[in-house]
Amino acid sequence: MKSTRRTFLKIAGLSLLGIGTKPVLDAFAAGEEAKIIKAPEALKAKRWAMVINLKKKCPEECRDCVEACHTIHNVPEFGNSKDEIKWIWNEPYGDVFPDQENKYIGGGIQERPVIVLCNHCDNPPCVRVCPTKATFKRADGIVMMDYHRCIGCRFCVAGCPFGARSMNFRDPRTFIRKITPNFSTRTKGVVEKCNFCEERLAVGLLPACVEACRERMAFGDLTDPGSEVRKLLEANFTIRRKPHLGTQPQVYYIV
Amino acid sequence: MKIYDAGKVFTGLALFIVFLTAPIWLSGGKSASPPEIRVDTPVIQRLVEKRCIEPTAYMKANHMELLDTWRQAVVREGEPLYVASDGKKYRMSLSGTCLHCHSNKDQFCDRCHNYEGVKPACWSCHVVPQELKG
Repeated sequence: MKSTRRTFLKIAGLSLLGIGTKPVLDAFAAGEEAKIIKAPEALKAKRWAMVINLKKKCPEECRDCVEACHTIHNVPEFGNSKDEIKWIWNEPYGDVFPDQENKYIGGGIQERPVIVLCNHCDNPPCVRVCPTKATFKRADGIVMMDYHRCIGCRFCVAGCPFGARSMNFRDPRTFIRKITPNFSTRTKGVVEKCNFCEERLAVGLLPACVEACRERMAFGDLTDPGSEVRKLLEANFTIRRKPHLGTQPQVYYIV
Repeated sequence: MKIYDAGKVFTGLALFIVFLTAPIWLSGGKSASPPEIRVDTPVIQRLVEKRCIEPTAYMKANHMELLDTWRQAVVREGEPLYVASDGKKYRMSLSGTCLHCHSNKDQFCDRCHNYEGVKPACWSCHVVPQELKG
């Protein structure tokens, strides 16, 4: 073959290209990329929900569910109702279900306080009003807060029809009886609320309140017909808080 | 052209310049020496291979971006595990994983941050386990 200048330049060009690509290919081949994964033991669901049985009377002065939650989540106690931070707490029946028209449902349910917490609504107004997306709804239905992003505007406090959100008007650190180190505290100027124990679900544990009171509380996947919550919902008559508002609360009460 | 009170004006200007450049004179014209970071906590001393979750150079340059990714993953995506480039798994937790080895926060975190004049707000919420015991 007659080697012309043209073919020589072609071959030279191609060889140069080959030398140039090698380091690039090496860089792609070198080393595993770091990645982020879910824990294999995590509890998974399409829609988390809670069922609370109001028929079973709580023992006198029992605060096991509240204590369990507030201890592991570093919820402060200021000792006055104005600054109070609440994740799970008791409320009179009439205030929890103001639109319940049946006066005599029996069983003494109306005379007893009702345990309330964030309802993790399907259509959460707090998420809609949050200007920074600090509050957001996860794919599994948990209405979650990213405290890093909260600017303390309190739109969500105004938006929530269940009073499930509390504002830190003061630095909470010094008002926590015993700090649990593996959960963060909050800081002044940040709103907080129940997170359905998402940090426990992520490592395969049930919410702390449910674990503290298995008799009256159940937790599970609403979309799974075999789950504990679905069985309870099918076997019992349940009500939810302020259903006419259309927020679709996912905490059900057996009455 | 005549400057009124020239003596006072120029003395004042000279004093102002001396005052303005005082930090340079006081430090003898040398830049402040970078802080020495001590990383020999008991836990690190017990490590067979003294290595952070990623190579030291990467951690020095990119720890803030790594922590930001961690925060995003844990809080917003609900994914708590980090698989490092060498395949080892770590729970993404500032108080739990980082401070487990780097238990000397005032040495390890604060000395560099003070020198660089950065004020990350991590510790207004995240707990330093070592400070609880005291």
